[in-house]
Amino acid sequence: MILVLVEVSPAGGAVETSREAVTFARDLAAVGGGVPVDVVLVGAPDDALAGVLASYGVRRVHALTGPAYDSFSGAAWAAGLVEVRERAGSVVVMAAGTPRGNEVLAHVAARLAVPMAANVVSFGGLSPFTVTRQVVGGAVLEEMRLAERPAVFTVAGHAVPAAPADVPGAGELVVETPTVAEADLVARVVSTEEPEPDLSGALTSARVVVGAGRGAGSADGFDDLLELVELLDGSLGVSRVVTSLGWRPHHEQVGQTGSRIAPELYIPCGISGAIQHWAGCSSAKAILAINTDPDAPMVTRATHAVIGDLHEVVPAVNAEIRRRRG
Amino acid sequence: MNPLVCVKRVVDSSSEVVLTDDGQGVDGRFAGFTTSAHEEGAVELAVRIAADGGGGATVLTLGDTDAVEQLRSALAVGCSAATHVLADPQAYGPADVAREIAAVVRDHAAAGTPHDLVLLGNDAADTGDFQVGIRLAYELGWPVVNGVSTVSVADGVVTASGAGPDGHETYRVPLPAVVTVLEGGVEPRYPTVPGRMKAKKVLIEEREPVTEPVGPSRVRLVLPPPSPSTVEVLGEGAAAAPAVVDLLERLGVLAR
Repeated sequence: MILVLVEVSPAGGAVETSREAVTFARDLAAVGGGVPVDVVLVGAPDDALAGVLASYGVRRVHALTGPAYDSFSGAAWAAGLVEVRERAGSVVVMAAGTPRGNEVLAHVAARLAVPMAANVVSFGGLSPFTVTRQVVGGAVLEEMRLAERPAVFTVAGHAVPAAPADVPGAGELVVETPTVAEADLVARVVSTEEPEPDLSGALTSARVVVGAGRGAGSADGFDDLLELVELLDGSLGVSRVVTSLGWRPHHEQVGQTGSRIAPELYIPCGISGAIQHWAGCSSAKAILAINTDPDAPMVTRATHAVIGDLHEVVPAVNAEIRRRRG
Repeated sequence: MNPLVCVKRVVDSSSEVVLTDDGQGVDGRFAGFTTSAHEEGAVELAVRIAADGGGGATVLTLGDTDAVEQLRSALAVGCSAATHVLADPQAYGPADVAREIAAVVRDHAAAGTPHDLVLLGNDAADTGDFQVGIRLAYELGWPVVNGVSTVSVADGVVTASGAGPDGHETYRVPLPAVVTVLEGGVEPRYPTVPGRMKAKKVLIEEREPVTEPVGPSRVRLVLPPPSPSTVEVLGEGAAAAPAVVDLLERLGVLAR
């Protein structure tokens, strides 16, 4: 059996990266001769969520409940996963390669004294069990052997598209109340503040992101870019150098150590496209690079490009949008 | 209060990556090296916590002789002691590294310098394993807070916070504890000239690994196939604006 940790959004749905991980698990299960896929989540799922998971081919939904699960603790979540895993005898334990997914599975791997592979993009063979994962911010792939059972790994965001199964699963709900030791509750979240509006949440969900790099020139060089953001009802995303120089706040950073975005259109302006940045924007469906250097990595990897200084191109684009809107 | 902060010498991801012929690592001859970004934040936090608590921060790395550069960098921004586990980092998996860090923590405590707080980066910029800090916590039997950007210590309790999926999250954990840091919460300071001079004079503790490494389960590294450039150049300079707006209309991102 394959066990997948599913993260539930505040609105009560299975987050996209978790649905991707379940889809990945299903593909793996098919290669393994049709072994069942079960999921573990925290809290009681409503009917809609249970229905969605069933449509993804899930056999059982193990819901971790009890006071230990009132607020997040990586160790407590792992304790629940391990307990379900031991009873059901799963050979693979998976999660999405999100902060939570990587954290909880690292706890699972440490408790079971087995290796863990983070940010897997594909599996190679079953015997030996090999996976390929992203390292160096996605610039390099590592083939890794997971010889021990369970195989523990997380799935990189957007490695596979989330897709319901041809044949739905039973989606049977199993309420779990695992035994959680006091020691596993020492490091738990004691308070959560609502995110301020328009922080990185807006950036990761925006349909259009306008990017800005060193080419912006200074902290005062963002007026035209911000106007374009407003005209397109999008968000501003910046490269690491922009936040390092203090031109813009860190929550606007796109990249390996910032947000990972997947908008319909990304418009990187004056961004050369270092690996660190590419790691955060490579999932954009279209990329329009505006750059003075036609050989910049961002330009050669883009779908569309304009060669020129952003301080000339962007105001002209803004003017053209306003003109067409009358 | 003498926090320990762990750093790693990694490939500078702004440079082109070339692999060694055996596919086991990045070819250092063609790479620039740096400290992982998250660890620069961890170093800054360790220095501030040590200063507030009237102690000193110790920086630790496991790496070959070149990794002394990363130790000196941390000393130059305020760490007061450094420990270097001399080993080939490519032969060490995350569990191996965690064991070596735990050994340093125990040995330093036995020698009279307990580190009640160990700070690490959330994940290394090269291997991206996301687990050394957590495995270290299990080695030591300590609690671990993962992926936070601000950390402070008062009255034997560490308060740490960072962005979570549902908002800004805060943890309060009694010492001793392990904390892994994400960049963005504090601005790493630049080394001053006196700081650099002082860093050169610090005697670095060099030590051998305590156990044979199990290894990283790596079969080999490969470069992803380069995707052929299919970029459509819409024009040059301001004259390209109409073509840009045509594209925006075609993609349906202009509609209001």
